[in-house]
Amino acid sequence: MAKVLMKGNEALGEAAVRAGCRFFFGYPITPQSELPHYLAQRLPEVGGLFLQAESEVAAINMVYGAAGAGARVMTSSSSVGISLKMEGISYIAGAELPCVIVNVVRGGPGLGGIQPAQSDYFQAVKGGGHGDYHLLVLAPASVQEMVDLMAKAFDLADKYRNPVMVLADGILGQMMEPVEFPAEILQELPAKPWATDGARGRGPNLINSLYLEPEKLEEHNHRLFEKYRQMQEQETMAENYHTDDAEVVVAAYGSTARIAKAAVDMARKEGIKAGLFRPVTLYPFPTEEINQACAKAKQVLAVEMSMGQMIEDVKLSLNCRLPVSFYGRVGGMVPSTRAVYNEISALAQKGGEQA
Amino acid sequence: MLEEVVLAGFGGQGVMSMGQLLAYAGMLEDKHVAWIPSYGPEMRGGTANCSVTISTEPISSPIITEPGTAIVLNKPSLDKFAPLVKPGGILLINSSLIDPGYFRPGIKIFEIPANDLALEMGNTRVANMVLLGAFIELTSAVSIDSVIESLKKVLPEYRHNLIPLNRAALEKGQQIAQNQ
Repeated sequence: MAKVLMKGNEALGEAAVRAGCRFFFGYPITPQSELPHYLAQRLPEVGGLFLQAESEVAAINMVYGAAGAGARVMTSSSSVGISLKMEGISYIAGAELPCVIVNVVRGGPGLGGIQPAQSDYFQAVKGGGHGDYHLLVLAPASVQEMVDLMAKAFDLADKYRNPVMVLADGILGQMMEPVEFPAEILQELPAKPWATDGARGRGPNLINSLYLEPEKLEEHNHRLFEKYRQMQEQETMAENYHTDDAEVVVAAYGSTARIAKAAVDMARKEGIKAGLFRPVTLYPFPTEEINQACAKAKQVLAVEMSMGQMIEDVKLSLNCRLPVSFYGRVGGMVPSTRAVYNEISALAQKGGEQA
Repeated sequence: MLEEVVLAGFGGQGVMSMGQLLAYAGMLEDKHVAWIPSYGPEMRGGTANCSVTISTEPISSPIITEPGTAIVLNKPSLDKFAPLVKPGGILLINSSLIDPGYFRPGIKIFEIPANDLALEMGNTRVANMVLLGAFIELTSAVSIDSVIESLKKVLPEYRHNLIPLNRAALEKGQQIAQNQ
């Protein structure tokens, strides 16, 4: 199929349709509204259903219901709206149902602003709602990767019966880049014998997150964490850019990783051995991969559009073996390539000294 | 080849669509492209801008902080973006709406009376195309033919009657830039 020029938000919508998603429940919010806008037109064309709910809380509970019935279903929002959905997301994780949640992050806290940010990292990777649980979190860095990861998100959700979050930001949502979609619309979806889709010819299925007996609830928590352990073993993804001989490794994800990549290019031109490590899965965090990427590193620099959230996973993964510094912009401000380059350059001069 | 352009003006001047056409034309030439709009609580008459990157290599960062070229269609955009142009870069000024005489050493400045030229051609709405033509002449980022091909794809069939006017505006801009 030929390449088309598309906004990230719209590309996510088309990718969802091609991945067999037929149900969308949501509520509009900048900077992700092009996604529901696109699906409002597109889903009816393939026999699907688009529904603008009365609120985010209603939307996520509709997702809960559709997922329980075995449908490929998604919702999307931005920061503020995702916070409203958190109760429902915890229920969905507790009830072990597959669905995809898109968060096109904007600045916070509170109503914050509408410009791009990455300040929802903690909320995304630590669970976000109440209780011990995790989402599987995917972080694309280009419009093409948004398409590729959207398909993967639905597959992973079904594989683990777990909600998957696609974590983007205002830049990725609004940006246009050429993309190529899979030619075929997925028709055959995996069987879901656990779904509550009518107990004809079988015993009833039950979907629930209530366990009043503590022994049972503990057992349930252990089962969930066994899933997360498997994800850590099998699903981590990351990109390395010039890390083989890098003495300064920049760790960044999403659109910030694109800026960091240009800063690494700039540093290489100046003869600085710099590289980029980009986690694609934020949960599970690619722990082994970052250690390999930092094999020759003397300094690590985490760059984020937040006050420093991913940096905690970077430090934990490296087990405090290397000095890890931070550079970030917040509130909708975006780091410039030159500012990141300046940080790299300063660290390169420090060599192996503690930051 | 790497072109990093910022296009800025009032909402309604066709800044966003000019950027999209440029990106589309680059894609048709099998180049790597990216287009990023400013977005916000904006409306017709407010300021609007977008960034376009066109490259023969994969684009590391589509976020432009030091543009190689800035195309400014109004005064607020001149104030905001002229100081950001890279040394050696190009500043294209719509001199129909911006007083002449802006100067910054180390960059190439071109004043194009885009609205006046468009009006002479009978439609002020192609002022953006005049500037795009000048940009293409100065940078060879894409060809005029690719822009026309993009227009054919972007415009609905019943608007294809406007293509000759757009081509004429692009060529007018090319010609003016040649002579400066």
